[in-house]
Amino acid sequence: MAPLWLSFKLAAIVATLLLVVGLPIAYWLAHTKWHGKFLLEAIVALPLVLPPTVLGFYLLVALGARGMLGKLWLALFGHSLAFTFQGLVIASAIYSLPFTVQPLLTSFEGVDKKLLDASAVLGAGRWRTFWRIMLPLASPGIITALVLTFAHTLGEFGVVLMVGGNLPGITQTVSIAIYDRVQSLDYSAANHMALVLLLISFAVLSSVYALNRRGGWPWQPN
Amino acid sequence: MAAELIAPSLAVQVRFERHAPGSSAFTLDVAFDLPAGITILFGPSGSGKSTLLDCISGLLAPDRGRISINGCALFDSAAGVNFPPQARRFAYLFQSLALFPHLTVEQNVCYGIVDLPLEEKSRRTAAILGLFRVQMLRTRKPRELSGGEKQRVALARSLVTNPRVLLLDEPLTGLESGLKFSIVEDLRVWNAANRIPILYVTHNREEVDALGERVIALEHGRVVSAGIPHEVLDAPRRARLAQAAGFENYLDARVLDLRGEDGVMRVGLGDSSTEIEVPLGYSSPGDRVRIAVRAGDILLATERPTKLSARNVLEGSLQAIEERGATVACQVQAGVPFVVHVTRGALRALQLTVGQRVWLVLKTHSCHLVED
Repeated sequence: MAPLWLSFKLAAIVATLLLVVGLPIAYWLAHTKWHGKFLLEAIVALPLVLPPTVLGFYLLVALGARGMLGKLWLALFGHSLAFTFQGLVIASAIYSLPFTVQPLLTSFEGVDKKLLDASAVLGAGRWRTFWRIMLPLASPGIITALVLTFAHTLGEFGVVLMVGGNLPGITQTVSIAIYDRVQSLDYSAANHMALVLLLISFAVLSSVYALNRRGGWPWQPN
Repeated sequence: MAAELIAPSLAVQVRFERHAPGSSAFTLDVAFDLPAGITILFGPSGSGKSTLLDCISGLLAPDRGRISINGCALFDSAAGVNFPPQARRFAYLFQSLALFPHLTVEQNVCYGIVDLPLEEKSRRTAAILGLFRVQMLRTRKPRELSGGEKQRVALARSLVTNPRVLLLDEPLTGLESGLKFSIVEDLRVWNAANRIPILYVTHNREEVDALGERVIALEHGRVVSAGIPHEVLDAPRRARLAQAAGFENYLDARVLDLRGEDGVMRVGLGDSSTEIEVPLGYSSPGDRVRIAVRAGDILLATERPTKLSARNVLEGSLQAIEERGATVACQVQAGVPFVVHVTRGALRALQLTVGQRVWLVLKTHSCHLVED
């Protein structure tokens, strides 16, 4: 079950990392009046439409020993990023970015602007308004973002294969392992892992949809 | 400290231009002083009332102007001064109230005074919740409150901060009158003790009469009239403003003769032979004037009334009856068309039917001369 554990570890790290990165991006997108904001929106959404091989290829080049990021990493840590777990985290984070930013953006935009104005008039600065008003009211979106990112990273295949290869215990996630077992005609092991992945994904998604039903969150009005 | 002892006064001089693509250009250009006490801001929708409140509160930056409290500038385009809303210590109550849905009543009310020591905070919260009679609701969430309770909590949340100015944007819309006036009464009590400038936006004539010490009438982004409510609203100088003040009847008339010693003149309505007596204006026989009459100021009778003090009794026929909530609007043709409001009770008691003969009674001083 090492591949399954590796996948969970990867998904948990990526979801947490992306939440930290995604919150400021989504907040900025929700509030900026900059006319060029569509550019950032397009970049964030790009992984949705690109084939994983295209993204994986460029990431492999960038993360490799001759790529910019790879060189920097090499200078800092003494090894390149390609075919390592850290490289996998970076690649997965880029690939799953829209699954974090989109739900966050939608929920930030859904917060009544009058509440933010009221908070400002009552003396609260941006930071306090964000923590006390924006974040609690956007919490359904935050949970959706976390769960979707987690599930999407769990199920990813192409980018992982391109950037991480297939090193058991290091970069062999469950989706790669399933592929590996099928290639070696070990259908029973493949079925075992596939079933676990299917059940977990279904459980996660159904709980998100159940919570996001109208009024599913105790603090939502109506 | 001396400045704290005299009642604060707010001076507003604002010019704000909006050229948003897709909407028509709009310019707000006003200047007025607000002494302590309640001032009503009155005007039709689109006249710039909410924009003005946004500018005063600091949520919106005017293009030019100066906003100062006791001479101390909070916004001054010439000097490059613009205090953010957080630093103005103004309270602003939106029409939507904007109670925080995820916080309890008590947490909502405390929101603006978090920096105070705990003891002071609970003392002030308890006092204001008591004043607005919502202390028993402190653990409820906004969605568990009735309309009137929400308004009381929102007022308490605004006032607990000891603001220097209170801005209210139609805060009591949608409440039934009894409830509305009990809240208005609580606001009056608070104001008597605190005496800060309060700017109160409303369309509602009853609220103006109950609250207003002064009225500022705004139209197309400009102050068209200011003074005591009775003067500003009962003698509108311009037709649009009169409409906002609830005049359903506008009558084109020509002056027939002046009776200076009685303070009245007779006018003929439209092209009909109907004549009525109205207050004397600066007119000469033959002049064309416009007259505004509230539908609620006209009496309706099913027999010719006699022995009345009212000078104008017009015979006509009832053309249509339209029920609008508590009032009933009757269309009457009496040489020219009139709209008359009666109560549902009157409709039943008089057994009014379309086509029936009726008589309209207009007091001379219910007929207002309106300049175009």
